[in-house]
Amino acid sequence: MLRLALSRVESRAVAEEVVQDAWLTVLRSLDRYERRSTFRTWVLGIVVNLARSRARAERRAVPLSSEFVPSVDPARFLPADHPRWPHHWAVEPAAWRTPEDELLAGETRKVILEAIDALPPAQREVIVLRDVEGMPSTDVCNILALTDTHQRVLLHRARSRVRHALERYFAATEAT
Amino acid sequence: MIEKDLPEMPCRELVEVISDYLEDRLSPVDRARFEAHLAECEACRTYLEQFRQTIRALGRLPEESLSSEARNALLDAFRGWSHR
Repeated sequence: MLRLALSRVESRAVAEEVVQDAWLTVLRSLDRYERRSTFRTWVLGIVVNLARSRARAERRAVPLSSEFVPSVDPARFLPADHPRWPHHWAVEPAAWRTPEDELLAGETRKVILEAIDALPPAQREVIVLRDVEGMPSTDVCNILALTDTHQRVLLHRARSRVRHALERYFAATEAT
Repeated sequence: MIEKDLPEMPCRELVEVISDYLEDRLSPVDRARFEAHLAECEACRTYLEQFRQTIRALGRLPEESLSSEARNALLDAFRGWSHR
């Protein structure tokens, strides 16, 4: 809940207030919960709504940029007119030597969390709900009022950026 | 049947559709192009595996706990509520 709130508001203190408000709202409106969604979805929906109005109040409008942003830096691919391998890797991804169970060791976890924090809010909300909370896409679309397509675009961009952050981190640490 | 004569899916296109591939949202034609490319491109196999690792790592992040201040305020709120 906290990370979800943090995806819309600036500071941790405000996010904690939002989470508290959300619990109070949940308690006060329990009798209005109509079981059309799972309880969890309903609660997280309340968090999103409160966080959004709080963010609006704090003047932070969130533009939904719809222009295409490549998942991977285009400079890493060969040009379209390359005689043999158009649009193939020019700079291939290097294999990660870090074993997967170390992927959540202290430092790497920090890299992932920082990468999530650096995402635009709309991407952050989607990746937190889908990949961190493990919520199904239909619920995420409902909570965030997104079309299925838009949700998938935001999720894919967010994942690509987190992967890129890990790649940069491993390139720096594994090089030695 | 659709194996032959499909336009190749270059690496640059493949990296854009990985989430759709993982969620089985590609058309049968694009899925075939995706898999045909993957079979021949080690760099894209590496990229796909790293993408999967990233998703698994995200799913194993521990839920961030509330600070003790916020927790106490919450508990107070709960107490107040239960006494009404």
